[in-house]
Amino acid sequence: MALLLKDGAVAEDAWVVVGDDDAAAVPEGAVIVSLDRWRRDRAALSARNTALGIRLKSSQLAAEIAADLDRFTLVVLDFPVFRDGRPFSTARELREHHGFTGEIRASGHVLPDQYQFLVRTGFNTVVVGEGANLASWRHALSEISVAYQAALSAEQPLSNLRRRLDPSGS
Amino acid sequence: MSHLQAGHYQYDEIDRRFLTERVEQFRRQVERRIAGELSEAEFRPIRLMNGLYLQLHAYMLRVAVPYGVLSSAQLRQLASIGRQYDRGYGHFTTRQNLQFNWIKLVDVPAILNDLAKVDMHAIQTSGNCIRNVTTDQFAGAAADEVVDPRVYAEIIRQWSTLHPEFTFLPRKFKIAITGATTDRAAIAIHDVGIRARALGQGAVGFDIFVGGGLGRSPFLAKSLRAELPQADLLAYLEAILRIYNQYGRRDNIYKARIKILVHEVGIDALREQIDAEFERIRGPKYRLDPEIVESIRAHFASPPFEDLPAKSPAFEAALARDAVFARWAEINTVAHRQAGYAAVTISLKPPGGIPGDATSDQMDAVADLAERFSFGELRVTHEQNLVLAHVRRDDLRALWQELGKHGLDTANAGLIGDIIACPGLDYCALASARSISLAQQISARFADPEQQHLIGELKIKMSGCINACGHHHVGHIGVLGVDKHGVETYQITVGGSAADDAVLGAVVGPAVGYDEVVAKIGRLVDAYLELRAPGERFVDTVARLGVKAFREKAYGTAA
Ligand code: SF4
Repeated sequence: MALLLKDGAVAEDAWVVVGDDDAAAVPEGAVIVSLDRWRRDRAALSARNTALGIRLKSSQLAAEIAADLDRFTLVVLDFPVFRDGRPFSTARELREHHGFTGEIRASGHVLPDQYQFLVRTGFNTVVVGEGANLASWRHALSEISVAYQAALSAEQPLSNLRRRLDPSGS
Repeated sequence: MSHLQAGHYQYDEIDRRFLTERVEQFRRQVERRIAGELSEAEFRPIRLMNGLYLQLHAYMLRVAVPYGVLSSAQLRQLASIGRQYDRGYGHFTTRQNLQFNWIKLVDVPAILNDLAKVDMHAIQTSGNCIRNVTTDQFAGAAADEVVDPRVYAEIIRQWSTLHPEFTFLPRKFKIAITGATTDRAAIAIHDVGIRARALGQGAVGFDIFVGGGLGRSPFLAKSLRAELPQADLLAYLEAILRIYNQYGRRDNIYKARIKILVHEVGIDALREQIDAEFERIRGPKYRLDPEIVESIRAHFASPPFEDLPAKSPAFEAALARDAVFARWAEINTVAHRQAGYAAVTISLKPPGGIPGDATSDQMDAVADLAERFSFGELRVTHEQNLVLAHVRRDDLRALWQELGKHGLDTANAGLIGDIIACPGLDYCALASARSISLAQQISARFADPEQQHLIGELKIKMSGCINACGHHHVGHIGVLGVDKHGVETYQITVGGSAADDAVLGAVVGPAVGYDEVVAKIGRLVDAYLELRAPGERFVDTVARLGVKAFREKAYGTAA
């Protein structure tokens, strides 16, 4: 079982992922669908009365869901490999350009070494594998306490370009 | 440290805390790798972002020298690290950095710790991130400087440090900035090239160029935006990087640089996208506050120059008396904006030497000389030499004599012996052919200072494979090593330039074997000496007569 991390700690995950080929009848409760599924079953999914999340591949950029963004309370951005840095920009576009205020979640191949970057580009949560070293993840948020550029996390301006990072991550 | 540190960004407690945390973070990353928590594939980009490469025979650690500026204390520490952990020397690179070529992995945390003691590190000297920003080696000294580029290089260095969004780009990203009328920073061959200009009434603006780069598909940068206001510098760079991060190709590492995006999308379409992004993000949050600029500019205030007459009688007398000194002074010094001073290039290209190598003893000697003659500050040039930027003309002869004691008085800055060569097959795991040993043979062949002087400005640049780390495309003479069925073979180009007249060189004739390169270059030089018009440099003659004239002379064929 994968785990959900929020602010460095394991959090409850109420969301159910629905595959593209799963039955037409989507389960009750909060579900996450792919962009393909959303496009295919848009009417049925819109008719439901529960929260909807959407999952984007790294090649699917923010503009693809911009028009529909008010339908989603969760956007999952998938890292096929940790070196594919596109989701960092997608998250930032969703927040800064499209004004998305819901949850942004990282999934796929991400490393603790990227946790601060995720937080600072607008992610709230991360899905990590069961075998993940949670101590490394927790530690990653306080490892570096200084940043040199404006970004999206809570931070306290210091002199010059610098700012102090909030180790709680949020 | 009690000695004077002019023209150098001074770290404070905040910067030091950051550096200490970063060293600690890397120490833990090494531990996690050893414990198996990180796979080799995961660890690799992490170690690269800390400057650690695995080369042919050993680890190489590339130390960042931000925009090439060093204090004497830092150079001494590099000398000491070279002595303790390498083989008593270091290698200065075309990115104005320093490499140690024989490092043990276990020593790396200790080395990073030693570097941190003098406010140095190896962050972002490799990896698919924004690399060390490079600039004019004569910044703050050159007579033709309009805007001091170090101020903005430092701002860009800070902004790009561990940038949360741009640390996993499609490929590496190199920025160069110049602020003089003559471009000595080669801005045309960088992912982003910046020309800082005075816009009147004290305002600074930037002309931005994008998509330059060499490698297997060489391109010169194209104009992206003119007169960008100072306040928008970081917002605009954010916009460029954000577009590149999203749309740059990730399917093929040879097509992943921004130059390919520029080429495939077209500069006008790309400009539209970048401008739209820029308009969205240019709000107050990303505005570069003038107070920040001024507080950083204060670090680069002029050193306490003396009021001196423009002419130095002592210097003039020495010139008249000593022809060898006079030749060195003519070739290795440039005009300074401050009367009575000169900027000095210390050549790291002795005949038969390895371009860019300096022994630890030489580094110590240069550190001493920097303190004695140039306010304790020095620079690394992208042509792999060192510079003392602020030397009194009265002191030039004494400096030259001291340099001579350490084998550092070679008079060849910008001449045929001042060769840029990548590590090539002697060190590099990607190489197709040797590069360094050829450079050694060429500089030995043209060792005669008289002859070098006669030939005049001639920039030879050599790469050991198509990745073009030696910038061969923009060499007046470029040499590219290729592997032809297991045999080292070399393609020679002429007419390239990385300066204001930036142009890619053209192949002059059929590729030649390792043993023929030196002779071939000799024939190209002979051809130039025969064909040149008065006052023409090698590149000028190539531009006037075309490659064909040189082919006929050097290859004896019109084919
Ligand atoms: S040009 Fe090739 S051989 Fe030379 S350093 Fe670069 S990758 Fe290595």
